[in-house]
Amino acid sequence: MANLIGQSVKRVEDQRFITGQGRYTDDITLPNMTFAVLVRSPHAHAHVKNIDSSTAQNAPGVVGVFTGADLEAAGIGGLPCGWQVDFKNGDTMKEPPHPVLALGKVRHVGDPVAIVIAETRDQAADAAELVDVDYEVLDAVVNSVTATQDGAPQLFDDVPSNTAFDWALGDAEKTDAAFATASHVTTLEYTNQRLVTNAIEPRCAIGDYDASRDHYTLYSSTQNPHVIRLLMSAFVMGLPEHKVRVVSPDVGGGFGSKIFHYAEEVLTLWCSMQLKRPVKWTAQRSESFLTDAHGRDHITKAELALDTDGNITGLRAKTYANMGAYLSTFAPCVPTYLHGTLLQGLYTTPAVHVDVTAVFTNTTCVDALRGAGRPEATYLVERLVETAAHELGIDPAELRQKNFIPAFDGVEQPGYETQVALVYDSGDYAANFQKGLEKANYADLRLQQQAARKEGRLMGIGLSTFIEACGIAPSAVVGSLGARAGLFESAGVRVQPTGKVSVYTGSHSQGQGHDTTFAQVVGDQLGIPLDDVEIIHGDTEQVPFGMGTYGSRSLAVGGMAIMKSLDKVKEKGAKIAAHLLEAAEEDLDFADGQWTVKGTDQSIGFADVALTAYVPHNYPEGLEPGLEFTSFYDPANFTFPFGTHVAVVEVDPDTGQVSVERYVAVDDVGNIVNPMIVDGQVHGGVTHGIAQALLEGAIYDDDGQLLNGSFMDYPLPRADELPSFETDRTVTPCPHNALGVKGVGEAGTIAATPAIVNAVVDALWHLGVRDLQMPLTPQRVWQAIQDASA
Amino acid sequence: MPIPISITVNGQTHQHEIEPRLLLVEYLRETLGLTGTHVGCDTSSCGACTIIVDGQAVKSCTLLAVQADGSQITTLEGLANGDQLHPLQEGFRQEHGLQCGFCTPGMIMAAWQLLERNADPSDDEIRHSLEGNYCRCTGYDNIVRSIKHAAQQLA
Repeated sequence: MANLIGQSVKRVEDQRFITGQGRYTDDITLPNMTFAVLVRSPHAHAHVKNIDSSTAQNAPGVVGVFTGADLEAAGIGGLPCGWQVDFKNGDTMKEPPHPVLALGKVRHVGDPVAIVIAETRDQAADAAELVDVDYEVLDAVVNSVTATQDGAPQLFDDVPSNTAFDWALGDAEKTDAAFATASHVTTLEYTNQRLVTNAIEPRCAIGDYDASRDHYTLYSSTQNPHVIRLLMSAFVMGLPEHKVRVVSPDVGGGFGSKIFHYAEEVLTLWCSMQLKRPVKWTAQRSESFLTDAHGRDHITKAELALDTDGNITGLRAKTYANMGAYLSTFAPCVPTYLHGTLLQGLYTTPAVHVDVTAVFTNTTCVDALRGAGRPEATYLVERLVETAAHELGIDPAELRQKNFIPAFDGVEQPGYETQVALVYDSGDYAANFQKGLEKANYADLRLQQQAARKEGRLMGIGLSTFIEACGIAPSAVVGSLGARAGLFESAGVRVQPTGKVSVYTGSHSQGQGHDTTFAQVVGDQLGIPLDDVEIIHGDTEQVPFGMGTYGSRSLAVGGMAIMKSLDKVKEKGAKIAAHLLEAAEEDLDFADGQWTVKGTDQSIGFADVALTAYVPHNYPEGLEPGLEFTSFYDPANFTFPFGTHVAVVEVDPDTGQVSVERYVAVDDVGNIVNPMIVDGQVHGGVTHGIAQALLEGAIYDDDGQLLNGSFMDYPLPRADELPSFETDRTVTPCPHNALGVKGVGEAGTIAATPAIVNAVVDALWHLGVRDLQMPLTPQRVWQAIQDASA
Repeated sequence: MPIPISITVNGQTHQHEIEPRLLLVEYLRETLGLTGTHVGCDTSSCGACTIIVDGQAVKSCTLLAVQADGSQITTLEGLANGDQLHPLQEGFRQEHGLQCGFCTPGMIMAAWQLLERNADPSDDEIRHSLEGNYCRCTGYDNIVRSIKHAAQQLA
């Protein structure tokens, strides 16, 4: 149907979820299935002297126990890293092996040492307790600065100073010159703390080897089944890729943590090959905490240079990025190309320089988590700008307005070239900001704040603007930056003989609503009802090779791949229609699912053309039968969503408790296909960002023990801790994709964290509080108030 | 030593001999194949496994199956009346109260309990009633709207 774009169509996937018929990986039971439990290191750093699994082997129900030695003997390689960032001096990135099961050493609590497989999960768990591992415990290091210092414990023999790589971007000389002549310099030193992703569905993998066909199936809760199949086949297990099938059914949230290739995927499949039976592993939540890749963990010093009028003249930053114990699949790109490149923000800052040192520690691997580098960048820029405004006595809104990049549409006016390697596509940042201020009623909020202070109440207003690079990404560009993968997307569009349409997309939903949004695009383009479109994803045997869902890329890249195939369907359909209507192709219009001869009432419908394509009796000479196309779309540039968020908080002076009273989000994510889904993405993203500011943070002790590795200790945001969200938007279409879309999955997370911290500092600035370290727990806020008034 | 139990789930009575350490949620998912009830944690914190046991919303990972012997259980699969969705199910769809769907079964069952006790809850009352249920996708705002939608339909 035409006009499906821009409608808040109710989600078609909801029916199965609200009736209990969703099919997540752990819901799958295969005949003769066995269950795996992993023996994991309780130590952060230790030599493995001996593993005695003889008792476990003979325990009730046990069908197999395997260790790293078994995998090594079978030629199973380590988990690969998919992005290479070399040292500033040209030396190659240090990329030590990441064994699937430990070989000789363990490097973080939770590092897997052995796998036990039994007839039932309980039997496997019982037997895992009987595996006797002799550890020689070593000193551990968990802090990324400490780990680079002399005398720190060394994780690997050939990685000096535990440094994986160092990296810089921007003009150091120009930036230093800007600071040398600055009339004001704002400096912040902080930790952008480590987060545990905690999708509510724990990871799960089922390996199923069919010896009769020499065929390998892996069911896995992953965001990108083809990427997993490629990595596992080509780099880890040496399997024939065409005989390997990766199926990812419904995925219960990902937020980045299900992008990466994990040991359990290899283990369940390899063990299934040994046992000739399916092997299932499902993470306990405590395992999720210890083994799902974490996010953030930057130790940063950031500086902003300004002139006497409040014009920003320079920004520089030094960050130590904690990689954890090994390089996870995409870890190297997160603190570099997804972080350093965004430090221009929305401002005309003429000199920017960033320096990053990536460090191994005895902690869980760190990789992309909703926003991935861009939240860290936005926090850095927006905390600096806010602090500078307070220090200079300028309203934070005014300081931003003074420094915005002028509007440009990317068509008439060229894209904006930043100091840090990006070309922004299109934006009207000042207009979006103005709308944000108006929606929040900013001027009135400042008056309310003054009144509140007179009553002894601590009200704070926090602003945050942001820009992010999404729609990841042009393959050639990311290739030149070290990616070992292309970042296009695929789409097959199969028009069935009755005119119904099946779409096979390489994108893969973890809750984003692809079944609906993509169907709206297809229905709109072909003029057919939503019910006539089926979106198929998450199965390498059905879907052409595609890259999956992360980086807010599904619609901007995956949607465009669908558009390319739809264009081909329409083009071929027009040839068939022209033949049937005995008219020239150029004399036809296509609208509402009908080809019509211009200026006449002669027309033919989409379904009739489809049927003709498959029953080609009266058919254009030389034209192939059938109506089905597969396309690959590689974007011309990143997309650059942006926005303005305003948080209003109240701080209890007696307890330090922060209450978020209002939250206003005015995002510009380009054109909108489904406003309901877009708002939902903003809600969830903002919540993730608020949670980093106020609640979450992984805490390791000096021995490398994760002290808050359960939902009893690690606070996820609850319903009663959050406000209702006020959303609005401006629309600046993306100039380089036909849908004009930019992406929305991460926007809220990127913007919300600095908005909240800015608001809390704003509430306390007049008391003398200048900065706060996240998460802003009541204890920290209360202490800051006490220290300031002491 | 297997123990015999008899449990009525969604109107159907089941009799099994089970291991005493089998959790109720494992019984539902693995013995009965009712996978609409989910497991999201191992500390009874996330609420994804919430079901109705004898009229009470219960986290089914906190009960052993043998403790539920003789009880009447409703899971999400049994909430609709045939093809007629329960107003809570319809509310979640209408107000976009779910994204990945994993927490949804527990959310809907917890909300069912709330509306049994309070037919016209305020936003605050809804938010407090959900403090035992985690959602990582929605930010809860649309879940609150979904429950209000259902309350209006049930009124």
